[in-house]
This record gives sequence, structure tokens and C-alpha cells, in this order.
Amino acid sequence: MDTLVATTSGVATVATAVVHESPIHVSLKAEVLGHFLGLPITNSLLMTWLVMALLIGFAFFFGRSLTLIPGKLQAAVEWLFEGAYGYVVETFESEELAKKFFPLIATIFLFVLVGNELEFVPGVGSIGFFHGTEFEPLLRAPAADLNFTLALAFISFFTIEITGLAVLGALKYSGRFVNFSSPVNFAVGIIEIVSNLGRLVSFSFRLFGNIFAGEVMILVAGYFLPYLLPAPLIGFEMFIGAIQALVFAMLTMFFIKLSVTDPHEAH
Amino acid sequence: MDVESAKLIGMALAAGLGVIGPGIGIGLIGGGAMEAIGRNPEASGKIVSNMILAIVFTEALGILALVVSFIIKFV
Repeated sequence: MDTLVATTSGVATVATAVVHESPIHVSLKAEVLGHFLGLPITNSLLMTWLVMALLIGFAFFFGRSLTLIPGKLQAAVEWLFEGAYGYVVETFESEELAKKFFPLIATIFLFVLVGNELEFVPGVGSIGFFHGTEFEPLLRAPAADLNFTLALAFISFFTIEITGLAVLGALKYSGRFVNFSSPVNFAVGIIEIVSNLGRLVSFSFRLFGNIFAGEVMILVAGYFLPYLLPAPLIGFEMFIGAIQALVFAMLTMFFIKLSVTDPHEAH
Repeated sequence: MDVESAKLIGMALAAGLGVIGPGIGIGLIGGGAMEAIGRNPEASGKIVSNMILAIVFTEALGILALVVSFIIKFV
């Protein structure tokens, strides 16, 4: 392995000493750092593990230090979770469904949020290896890799569809997609199938596109006006990262609600 | 015209044409929200949070065009 070096940015790097036709190098896919049992370990996978370790570690130590009279941190976390839980109950209009799905929705939110915000910690993306002229960062924002967002999208998609099947029943739920009662209903069913499958694309590309484009935008801004222009953009991108985490979790919630609501009994 | 210049033109077209729609959309959302706040200033907190959510969805389309232009340029 080549020597460990530090540069200015991660996903995209400015090749300074190297004569390159374009000074900005953007890599769309995550770099493979090594192989473990034949599975490629990419830098975004490493970052994902780091985020998981952070969240699990926090949950472990926080769960052990719970007291009946909450301290400052416990009070803040309790307040946040109570607010979020209240919102989920309000959306589902059922305590039972909210109890079942709140863990998944909150996990998606926290996981994406921590992954997006950690991206701006100094060292993430700027520490890595040089392979000849190619720079390979050690850590890369998880959501700047389509594999991560697509995996999350699959989790959401299957949760939504299986919940619909389980709550409404196979016959009633599939009647939404394949319906021979009239030509109009048949066409509506086809549209429903396409729109459900389209969620996979929109879920994964929305998160990937926002985070990836944000990183490239910061790099390009740093190339035009170093130090001054990227600073407010980084603040803006942190806001975008939080909003995207919220959007991913909330959309999962809304679609679950849609799939368990019987359209004929809704009103 | 060689492939490289065609790629550059394609990238510029994809990014430029792709943000027209979201630009109009965000303008409509912002305008609607301002009008709503003007009519009912007490509800501005709720309106603003919903407005940001709607803007995020619209903006995602523009980001999609941007990613496509990156793919054209760098892949």
C-alpha cells in the first residue's frame, strides 16, 4: 500500500502537482480499498461501519446510564424522541402501527443523518492513499455511494409492500395493481405499479444526488475562490444533509401509511 | 466534432435545461408560500417547514440533472 497522505477533499480531488487535462477529478463510484473473503471493501463501506459503530456505541452507553431523574442529555434525547414519536402517531393515526414502525423510521433518520454530517468532519475524505497519480480517500460519505442509498431504498420498498400485503391482505392489496373490473381501473393499476417501482429510483437518486452534487459543488467552489467560498457552502450542505435524512425517513413513513390505507374505506 | 467536445456540450445542455423546470417549480412554491403567509401570518411556522419540504422534492429533480451531467462528463 502506498503512503498515507492528506489532501483537501475526498470524493473529488484537486490534482495539484499532477499535469492533468482537467484539474478537478471526480469519482462517481466508491474506491475499493481491499478485499475481505472475496468481497470488495470500499471506502464508503468503511465509513458506513464507522457510523454504525458510533450509533451502536452511543445507544449502548446511553442505555446503560439511564436514570429516573433525567440529566441534561437524557432530557434532550427524550424530548426529541417524544416529539418524533408523537408525529409518527399523528401520521399513522394508530398507536399500534406507530409502535411497530417508529424504530425503523428513526433508525433510517439517525443513520442517514450521522452519515451525512460526519462527511464534514476534517479528515473524512482528505486522508487517503496515492496510487501513482490517483488519490484514494480512506473514508467517503456513505450517501455519496449509490450502493448505500439503493440498499436503504430496497429496505424501505420491501417494508412498504410487505406491510401493505400483511395489513390489507394479499387479495385486497394486489387488487390495487391488477384490476380487471374496468379498463380505467386496469390502467390505474398499471400506473400504480410503475409509480411504486419508481420509488426505488427516486429514493436512491434523491439522496445520492444531493450528497454527491454537494461534495462536487464544494470542490468546484474551492477551486474558484479557495477558503472563502466553500465555508458557507459547507454550512448549507450540512443543512441539506439533515433535510435529506428527514425526507428519507418521512417518505418511508408516508408510503407505509398509504399502503395500509384502504382507498375505498378512507373516506 | 470529436467525442470530447460533444461530451462538454451534452453536459452543459443536461445541467442547463434540467434546472429550468425545478427553477420554475421552486418559484411557484415560494410564491405560494409567501401568499399563504400574507393571508395567515400566524401559520407561518407550519407553512415554512412544508415549503422547505416541497422545495427539497423539486430541487431533487435539478440535482438529478446535475448528476446526469457529471456522468456524461466524467464517466
